[in-house]
Amino acid sequence: MGTPNVKPDRPKAMLSDGPDWTFSLLTQYEDEIDRVAKIYKLDTYPNQIEIITAEQMMDAYASIGMPINYSHWSFGKKFISTEQGYRRGQMGLAYEIVINSEPCISYLMEENTITMQALVIAHACYGHNSFFKGNYLFQTWTDASSIIDYLVFAKKFVSDCEEKHGVDEVEKIMDSCHALMNYGVDRYKRPSKISMVEEQARLADRAEYLQSQVNDLWRTLPQSNTVPEIKEVRFPSEPQENILYFIEKKAPLLEPWQRELVRIVRKISQYFYPQKQTQVMNEGWACFWHYHILNHLYDEGKVTDSFIMEFLHSHTAVVAQPDYNSPYYSGINPYALGFAMFMDIKRMCTDPTPEDYQEMPDIAGKDWLETVHFAMQNFKDESFISQFLSPKLIRDFKFFAINDDMKQDFIEISAIHNEQGYRLIREKLSAQYNLSNLEPNIQVYNVDVRGDRSLTLRYIPQNGIPLAKSQHQVMKHLHRLWGFDVKLEQKNEDGSLTTLARCPSGIG
Amino acid sequence: MAHFIDRRLNSKGKSTVNRQRFLRRYKNQIKRSIADAVGQRSVTDVDSGESISIPTRDVSEPVFHTGKGGKREQVHPGNDQFAPGDRVERPLGGEGGGGTGDGDASDSGEGQDEFSFQISKDEYLDLLFEDLALPNLRKTQQKQMIQYETFRSGYQTDGVPSNLDIVRSLKGSVARRIALTSGKKREVKRLKMEIQAFLDDPHEHPIEIAALEKRIAELEGKIKRVPFIDSFDLRFKNYDKRAIPTSKAVMFCLMDVSGSMDQATKDIAKRFYILLYLFLTRNYKDVEVVYIRHHTQAKEVDEQEFFYSQETGGTIVSSALKLMLEIVQNRYDAGEWNVYAAQASDGDNWADDSPSCRQILTDKILPLTRYYSYIEITQRQHQSLWREYETIASNCDNFAMKHIQSAEDIFPTFRELFKSQHTTADGA
Repeated sequence: MGTPNVKPDRPKAMLSDGPDWTFSLLTQYEDEIDRVAKIYKLDTYPNQIEIITAEQMMDAYASIGMPINYSHWSFGKKFISTEQGYRRGQMGLAYEIVINSEPCISYLMEENTITMQALVIAHACYGHNSFFKGNYLFQTWTDASSIIDYLVFAKKFVSDCEEKHGVDEVEKIMDSCHALMNYGVDRYKRPSKISMVEEQARLADRAEYLQSQVNDLWRTLPQSNTVPEIKEVRFPSEPQENILYFIEKKAPLLEPWQRELVRIVRKISQYFYPQKQTQVMNEGWACFWHYHILNHLYDEGKVTDSFIMEFLHSHTAVVAQPDYNSPYYSGINPYALGFAMFMDIKRMCTDPTPEDYQEMPDIAGKDWLETVHFAMQNFKDESFISQFLSPKLIRDFKFFAINDDMKQDFIEISAIHNEQGYRLIREKLSAQYNLSNLEPNIQVYNVDVRGDRSLTLRYIPQNGIPLAKSQHQVMKHLHRLWGFDVKLEQKNEDGSLTTLARCPSGIG
Repeated sequence: MAHFIDRRLNSKGKSTVNRQRFLRRYKNQIKRSIADAVGQRSVTDVDSGESISIPTRDVSEPVFHTGKGGKREQVHPGNDQFAPGDRVERPLGGEGGGGTGDGDASDSGEGQDEFSFQISKDEYLDLLFEDLALPNLRKTQQKQMIQYETFRSGYQTDGVPSNLDIVRSLKGSVARRIALTSGKKREVKRLKMEIQAFLDDPHEHPIEIAALEKRIAELEGKIKRVPFIDSFDLRFKNYDKRAIPTSKAVMFCLMDVSGSMDQATKDIAKRFYILLYLFLTRNYKDVEVVYIRHHTQAKEVDEQEFFYSQETGGTIVSSALKLMLEIVQNRYDAGEWNVYAAQASDGDNWADDSPSCRQILTDKILPLTRYYSYIEITQRQHQSLWREYETIASNCDNFAMKHIQSAEDIFPTFRELFKSQHTTADGA
């Protein structure tokens, strides 16, 4: 594999390199790419490839990439700012958007040349698609076959509610849910699968049941006159990480339809959760395969020199990693890291060095195709990096770790790409992709069931990093959903508690 | 294996609803922004939309995220100079600092102070004139039914040759010929077959054949006599007239340009005219604007001269009214045009002239106009003109007057003049 030195004879069956594309040409390319993908055992959902215009791409951006979604002003805001940016030339649009659904829907922009279309088909329709189908996170947490149906249901439900209760009422709830969207995710528990038919059938039952549960929780009539001394009882008995779930089930004053809205936001948040955790892997995997598939076609003499040159030009731009002191630097490029890691895994299999045998004994010299598939299927960014980041790659990227303590007025370099630093850098880079390190750890801690029904959230800071000011706004949203007082407290390192925010009557 | 779908022809406006939701949510901020922008436009510039800016904090979507402070560990690529244990100064607000916060927060958080975007012309006007209505519109509509439009409506059997519809007529001709001849043609065919039968017969049948041939000749004669085209076939295009509401309006801008009117006062007047013009274009397809300025004499001028040329001298308002009346009578037939007038003045007038202004207005001009608004831009006491006009206002419902002291009053005053209750009260 790889670009060959000897140019084989070009057979007659060479595909046209455009630059303009036609549907028949697209089909020819797709057939070839499909054939090659099968050679490399890429298992995909069926592909549905849609050609769209730039404007439609902006539409798709606005509705978080989904082909259908409920209406909300924030999507309008997103659309307006995308449109502004695009018009002023501040930003280009993505070449494609791909949706984790079955069939797997990919959007191709009509502006692309045939080379770009082929690249995108290989990248999205075979790379991302096989990742969606193969990776364990997606398999466990999302249900590709039902997401579109669920969104149809959600859209209809939201618009029905708007008709019934007014746009403003619905918007208020949705705003509040969006503010807590990142806390609508079960990180450890596997969610039940969603399906539109069941959803609708269960809707009425659930509404009634929930309401009765809630009433029970807040029953104020004393059971008997002999109330025993009440111990300090916490409710919930364990802290809850899924704040939206807690609200959906336990918020005392929500109407059934409002609970359903909370549920919709929660479900969609859950759907996107795996994507957040596998960005490096997902993009790396897709880049790895568009690179291999198109090079394979070139080696077979199916595509022209100018095709492969144009492809390599785009490819290198996508997987470039600017250095920390470059004006273009904005963090680690997930495409670059992911692609380099998969390429490195392949290298360790096909061309292992003594160092690889020592550091990565499990994969050095093994079958590369099996190894990359194994890596794709069983990891997320965090574990992928801690498992597969080789010393060679750390050297190639010249990684270095810094320790930035706001109490000091300097930054300390804690490790670099040398013998002593490999392990440390691998650890730190892996932690950098651990979502629970990125999002503040805030959990539902207590409800004052016997008193004023106030809800307490607890923030447990890591490394003394405080919450940003937006917390006060978010608490207002939480208050709207909960209906009674809400409080946010911080557990300090010495075990003491500080009240950060309270709503109503927020404390600065 | 893959399935290609061409979505390019699908409707684009998938996000229109969301966009409108956004505009709806921020209506108040947007309106404020629009009101500020009104003054910077030319009177007849209505084709462009408007650029709107809203403070970012108003449109932000808050989420929990981490702030500055604490201890952070980060990995960066491209080490070119560091060794473990090196200490470097913290870059100001740069990558090394506290900016690890996730994308969401920093994207919409502090980046820009203003969230700015464009709204289209229609959205602009909708917001600008929300819940305003043209006074007396209902009355106007009834009076408007005077213009006619000719339109095609079916066919008729009579008409002038130029309206002849050839295709339609020939279709009729074909149909008629088929109807009149097909029975006979069938008969001829049958007779011919009979003749053939006689001819094929081994016996001779001269008499029968002769009879049959005679019959055929008769029939063919009849067929021939059916004319190719008959007056019965002719179809003429029919035209009908229907009354259409006229959608033409003319707006008279009358302004005092005597020495007492300074540029600031004129600017206030100009903004008022802009609003009126924009508002009229919402209701009428064509709006013409006539600018009349006056001191002791009135003159019709173009926009530039109207607003910016300096004049001195006394003030006789009735001169402008007379000129306006003349122009209306000569050029704008009241049956066809909706006449609106807006007069701006600082209230100065030659005292003896004010009663005659009232006379001209009530007797001649007001019956011809849909709406006449007078704004007085002054910080001083009202003078004779205001008092005379006040008596008109109490008698005529298509006359309105307002007092403006400074630029801030313009938009509120305009809204007050055209508030939609006004219509229901007066116009219904």
